[in-house]
Amino acid sequence: MSGVLVLMEQRGGVWNRMSFEALAAGQQLAAKLGMECSAAVIGEGIDALCAELAGKKLAKVFAVQHALLKDYTSDGYVAAAELLIRQTDPAYVVLPHTYQVRDFAPALATRFKQVLISDVIAIHDGPVFVRQLLQGKLNADYKQADAGPCFVSVQAGTFRAEAVEAGAASVENFTPQLEAGQIRNKPGELFREAAHTVDLGAASVIVSVGRGIGEQENIGIVEELASALGAELAASRPICDNGWLPMERQVGSSGQTVSPKLYLAVGISGAIQHLVGMKGSKTVIAINKDENAPIFEVADYGVVGDLFEVVPALTKAVLAAKG
Amino acid sequence: MKILVAIKQVPERDAQINIADSGRWIDESDVNYTINEPDAYALEEALQLKEKNGGEVVVICAGPERVTSTLREALAKGADRAIHIESDDIGERDTLGVAEMLAEVAKAEAPDLILTGLQSDDLGLGQTGVVLAELLGIPHATIIMQVEVTDSGLKVKRELEDGWFQHVEMPLPALLTIQSGGNKLRYATLMGIKKAKTKETRTVQAGAAASPAITLERVYLPKKQKKTEMLTGTPAEVAAKLVEKLKFEVRVI
Repeated sequence: MSGVLVLMEQRGGVWNRMSFEALAAGQQLAAKLGMECSAAVIGEGIDALCAELAGKKLAKVFAVQHALLKDYTSDGYVAAAELLIRQTDPAYVVLPHTYQVRDFAPALATRFKQVLISDVIAIHDGPVFVRQLLQGKLNADYKQADAGPCFVSVQAGTFRAEAVEAGAASVENFTPQLEAGQIRNKPGELFREAAHTVDLGAASVIVSVGRGIGEQENIGIVEELASALGAELAASRPICDNGWLPMERQVGSSGQTVSPKLYLAVGISGAIQHLVGMKGSKTVIAINKDENAPIFEVADYGVVGDLFEVVPALTKAVLAAKG
Repeated sequence: MKILVAIKQVPERDAQINIADSGRWIDESDVNYTINEPDAYALEEALQLKEKNGGEVVVICAGPERVTSTLREALAKGADRAIHIESDDIGERDTLGVAEMLAEVAKAEAPDLILTGLQSDDLGLGQTGVVLAELLGIPHATIIMQVEVTDSGLKVKRELEDGWFQHVEMPLPALLTIQSGGNKLRYATLMGIKKAKTKETRTVQAGAAASPAITLERVYLPKKQKKTEMLTGTPAEVAAKLVEKLKFEVRVI
C-alpha cells in the first residue's frame, strides 16, 4: 500500500472546481510522505478532463469510465471507486468535501472498514488531520488508527487550486465491472426553484441576521439597520429554515456566496456552512453575545454585546451621520 | 410503514466550551444537552410521514443514561416507542463503531425506512447515516428536503450546492439523511408529554467497542484567521465607534 489517490469530481464533463483544491492537498500530502500522487476521474465522456490532468504533476491519471457512471449514483460511484482502490492500493484517498462526496465517500470507506476523516481544514506532519467541532468552536486533531487506506475529504477553500503543480502524467483507462442491477437509486435531472430575484452577490453592503435574533418579530430592527445603510438584508440558514426570511436571502454553502465591501453579521455564530458563503467579504463586522462565536475569527471589527441594544443604537448613529 | 429515526444528543448550541483535562473532549460537567437539530428535522419528517401514510415511528439513541431525556422528548412529540442503546464509552467509538451499534438494533427492528439528521452539531462528521445504510445493505440518499412515498418506494428531493436540487427515486427499505428546513418543527404538547409516560422505552446494552479506525487525538481553540479589533463601551459608544469605522475605514457612509 503506497501513494495518494485523489478522486476528482465532475458532472457532465465539467469539473467541480473544488476538485483542484483536493488535488493540491493530495500533491502536498504525497510530497510530505515521499509518496507518489495519482488522480482518478469517474464518469462517462471524461477524456478531455483526463487530458487536462495529464498536464499535472501526477504518477498516473485513471479514467474510470462506464455507461452506468454517466449520472452520479452513490451505488455506481462506491462500486467503481472500490474496484479502483482495491487494484491500485493507495495509502491515502483524498476527496473534495462536496455534497456528492458526503453522499458516497462514507459508504466507500466502510467497504474498507475505515472511517472518512471528513471536512479537513489542515494537514500536519504525522499525518495529523485537523477538523472543526461544535460548529467551529473547537479544532480537533485526528489520526488514522490502523492500516488500510485512509480516506480524507478537504473543506472548500482550505487548499488553493492554483497551488496544483504542473507536470506530465500518463492516462490509464480503468473500466470497472458494473451491472445495472447494482444501482438502486434513480437520479432525476438537476433543477432550481423559482429564479433568484435577489442577487446578493452584486450587493456592496450586506446586513445579515442569524439565530441570535430569537424571534421573527425581532427581525425588524435588523431591517431598519439595513435600510439606514442602504444594504441588502441577508440571513444564515436557521432564519430561512424557520421561514422568517425567504430562502433566496440565505448566505452560505446551501445559499448564495457573497463578497461585499461590508458584511455586517448580527447574531450569527459563524458555523462553517455560513462562513464559506461570506469569507470573501472585504470587511466583516460581527455583533454577537458570545465572545467565543467563530464569526469573530473572520471579523475585522467585533462587538460582544446584546444585539437588541447595539443594533438600534447603531441604526440611530448611522442615520445621524448621514444627516 | 415502520420508520426508525436515529437521533443523537449533543451539547446545546450556546453551551460554554471548556476543554476537559484529558485534552480530548469538552468538560461535560457544565454542559446542557439537547437533540441534535438535524435529527429533530428527521423526527419531524417521520411523524409527518406517519400522519400521511400510517405506521409506526420508533426512535433510537445511543449514549449514556442522560440521552433518555432526549428520547422522552421524542416520545412526547409523537414517536410511538424508543430504544436506548446504553453505552458509556460512545466517545471512544468512531463513526463505524457507532453505526455498528445502531445496525444491530436496526436489523432486528427491520424498518421500512430509516431517517437521521445529515450531520451532528458536535462532531459534524456527517456520516453515521450513510455508514448505517452500507452496513445494512440498503440504498440511501443524503441531504434530503422532501420525502414522498410512491408505489415503488420513495421519491425524495435532494439538496445540492448553490441552490440546486435533484429528485431521486429509490426502493424500500432505505435510509435518508434529512436536511434542516424541509418542515416546521413541532413542539411537544402537554397531552403529548402525558402520553409519553405510558410509552415503551427499551434499553439495550451496547456490545464491547471494537478498536477504532480513526482517533481524535486532542481538541483546542482555533487560532484566529484575522486580527479582530474589538469595540467596547455602552451601546451608544460602540455605535459611535462603528460609525467612525464605516465612514473612514470601510467607507460605506
